[in-house]
Amino acid sequence: MATSATVHAHAAPQGFIRKYVFSLDHKVIGIQYISLALVAVFVGMFLSLLMRIHLIWPTAVLPLIGEIKPETYLSLLTMHGTIMVFFVLTTAPQSGFGNYFLPIQIGAPDMAFPVLNMLSFWTTFVAFVVMIAAFFVTGGAPLHGWTGYAPLSALTNTGPGEQLGADLWVISIAIFCVASLMGALNFITTTLDLRAKGMTMMRMPLTCWAWFITAILGLLAFGVLLSAGILLLLDRNLGTSFYVPLVVVNGQVMGHKGGSPLLWQHLFWFFGHPEVYIAILPSMGVASQLLSTFSRKPIFGYRAMVYSIMAIGVLGFVVWGHHMFMSGMSPYSAFAFSIMTMAIGVPSAIKTFNWLGTLHKGRIRFYTPMLFAIGFVSLFVSGGLSGPFLAQPVLDIPLHDTYFVVGHFHLIMGVASIFGIFGATYYWFPKMFGRMMNESLGKLHFWLTFIGTYAIFMPMHYLGMAGHPRRYSQLTEVAYLHNLIPVQTFMTYAAFVTIAAQLIFVINLFWSMFKGPKASDNPWEATTLEWTTVTPPPHDNFGGHTPVVYHGPYEYSVPGAARDYVMQTDPTPVTAH
Amino acid sequence: MASLSPTVPIKLPETGQGGGGDHPPAYGGGGDGGRGDGYPDYGQRLRRARLGLAIALAPIFMFFVSITSAYIVRQGLPTFDDKTNSYVRDWIPVQLPLALLLVNTGLLAASSLTAELARRQITRQAALAPVASIPGVSLGEERRFPWVYVTVLLGSGFLAGQWLAWQELAARGFYIATSASSSFVYLLTAAHGVHLAGGVLVLAYAAVVSLLHKPVEARRIVVDVTAWYWHFMFVLWVGIFALLWFVR
Repeated sequence: MATSATVHAHAAPQGFIRKYVFSLDHKVIGIQYISLALVAVFVGMFLSLLMRIHLIWPTAVLPLIGEIKPETYLSLLTMHGTIMVFFVLTTAPQSGFGNYFLPIQIGAPDMAFPVLNMLSFWTTFVAFVVMIAAFFVTGGAPLHGWTGYAPLSALTNTGPGEQLGADLWVISIAIFCVASLMGALNFITTTLDLRAKGMTMMRMPLTCWAWFITAILGLLAFGVLLSAGILLLLDRNLGTSFYVPLVVVNGQVMGHKGGSPLLWQHLFWFFGHPEVYIAILPSMGVASQLLSTFSRKPIFGYRAMVYSIMAIGVLGFVVWGHHMFMSGMSPYSAFAFSIMTMAIGVPSAIKTFNWLGTLHKGRIRFYTPMLFAIGFVSLFVSGGLSGPFLAQPVLDIPLHDTYFVVGHFHLIMGVASIFGIFGATYYWFPKMFGRMMNESLGKLHFWLTFIGTYAIFMPMHYLGMAGHPRRYSQLTEVAYLHNLIPVQTFMTYAAFVTIAAQLIFVINLFWSMFKGPKASDNPWEATTLEWTTVTPPPHDNFGGHTPVVYHGPYEYSVPGAARDYVMQTDPTPVTAH
Repeated sequence: MASLSPTVPIKLPETGQGGGGDHPPAYGGGGDGGRGDGYPDYGQRLRRARLGLAIALAPIFMFFVSITSAYIVRQGLPTFDDKTNSYVRDWIPVQLPLALLLVNTGLLAASSLTAELARRQITRQAALAPVASIPGVSLGEERRFPWVYVTVLLGSGFLAGQWLAWQELAARGFYIATSASSSFVYLLTAAHGVHLAGGVLVLAYAAVVSLLHKPVEARRIVVDVTAWYWHFMFVLWVGIFALLWFVR
């Protein structure tokens, strides 16, 4: 392990462009990523709002947008899913907060490769611009869903959005893959090579562990998605038949022959399932950090937490087939994938148990970040429990492609991960901007969001069990769906309230940036390295010196210590406990 | 707005480490033998760059593994034939220009060798650089064969040879969309070619940088890492070639 005193090869930049636009500073890049994700999340949320409106008022004519046609609805859900998964859930918790806090938490002055770091942000930015451009080309955005199943996605005449829009979609994802690979490379090298003296792997905060393992998952998964995307582009533009069998579209026999739509599903889900953990692991790390800090207790079972993150990461690569139970796979394969999938329940349960163990008999401080951390655990459990249902082929067959699945992954991958992001924002905002966020607005935001998201996504499970298929744009034509419209109406109103609540967050964010009360260097009385430096951290994070680490990351309420927390840099010995 | 990262002087945090004991190193590389005066620690940089490369090879490997597995699966897959209304095997072995590909393989093997020689040469130069910089000390004229340039040349030769192989394939009637097998041949060779072209560009950059009189230690990092990458590209090519030839 190296100390990192000589790393900051680049001096503090002068001038606006080098300081805030093409910055090499991991903190600025982190904020750039978070800002990109903030824009993306509002775009994605706006799309979901249009979908919710269309579901209960299918003939409504909206100002500026007009009437939403069925194919437009498919474009909306495709772009909602893609933008949320790639540019929010992958970008904010890993690339955003990871960029800002991984180097500081391990005591490094910057990322291992600052130029590469800048490149990976701007590549992500280009990917986002290309993705958004798909809305504005002839035919509009693609309609093949975020999973982009072939042959629908691999032909150019299968729908209005499948012309140039779908090409832009694939190109954007390919660019995003490259950006993510650069980011992952940087995260792994930084974690392995730049830790400060005394910062052994087993003294890293669990956030760093989560970012590290997530980077490994990204490193192995995005290369496969890249190859899948390239094959798709070749099929679409050069007439190859990787994914397209002999098909007839609108009475016209296409020139393709012999391709396998299942090949796309295998390649996509080999990426797609690890991607779920790429989205959720960083939030698990944040939840661990916050629960320990605000319970004033060491995290329960630190090593078990680390090993369970690893186990989730490893198992995440061998369960992709559970997305394909309906594809006609051999029952033996399905059985193997099913067993592996349910095995993920074990490390997940260990983590949940340890989070609850951390809370148990803690002197809990209910600040906003803590509320979001507890909310994360709640959503993780609620969303996780429906997992074992879907993991069993015999139950997945009726539930597949229904709202049950939509409810499941929104709770566990979407909202839980978002709660991690919110928790991280409220927790680290003082360090990033030197001011505190407003607690009352924060609590209001939490309760509205917490209740609101449950109100939106819980009923989806019942809709799914009633047989309501996902991706249907009009519910008025079919009798049994007609009876379910009141539930959809309830969910739409819940969505209105929840989306409105997010405006509270944005107002709080920007208001606090300028008007919030000044934050001290360690407002939460936390122990990790980012709280040892000034607020906001200087260019090289620790102002010319390198921290030396003497303790694990969660030394709270140590018997005999002067205060109820012992900083990682505190050289006083701590008795074992 | 509170500025994002001002350059402010920092007080030592009040964590009780003021009174003696194991002080954190003050300024600049107390770490692992850096010179501590702002002079970059090239040894540390080299190790970090090598680690970065080793990590970067993982996704490249995964990329080719995924295409290879697709290749093998597709080969065994029956195809629906609309003329006979039945499933048939439609995998046509591509008539590869074997002699040309063997010549290309030879070129790449040679370039891998010269890349290694370039790497060792510049390692030696970098090791001797501190001695050579002492005033009045001369190491004599070391023969400096331009291995980097030779490697760039051979690598470009390989890429040109692959281009010729494509011409030959087209002349034999195999285009990218002709059959599944030919699609994979073009895809694998193109993907490998793009990766190798990246290496050629980096080495060419290192050669240009040497003209700009960058310190030999900095050039060494570029050459060293690219040489390792180059070896990987050679092994990868042998794997691809073997796949295309033996698993036709």
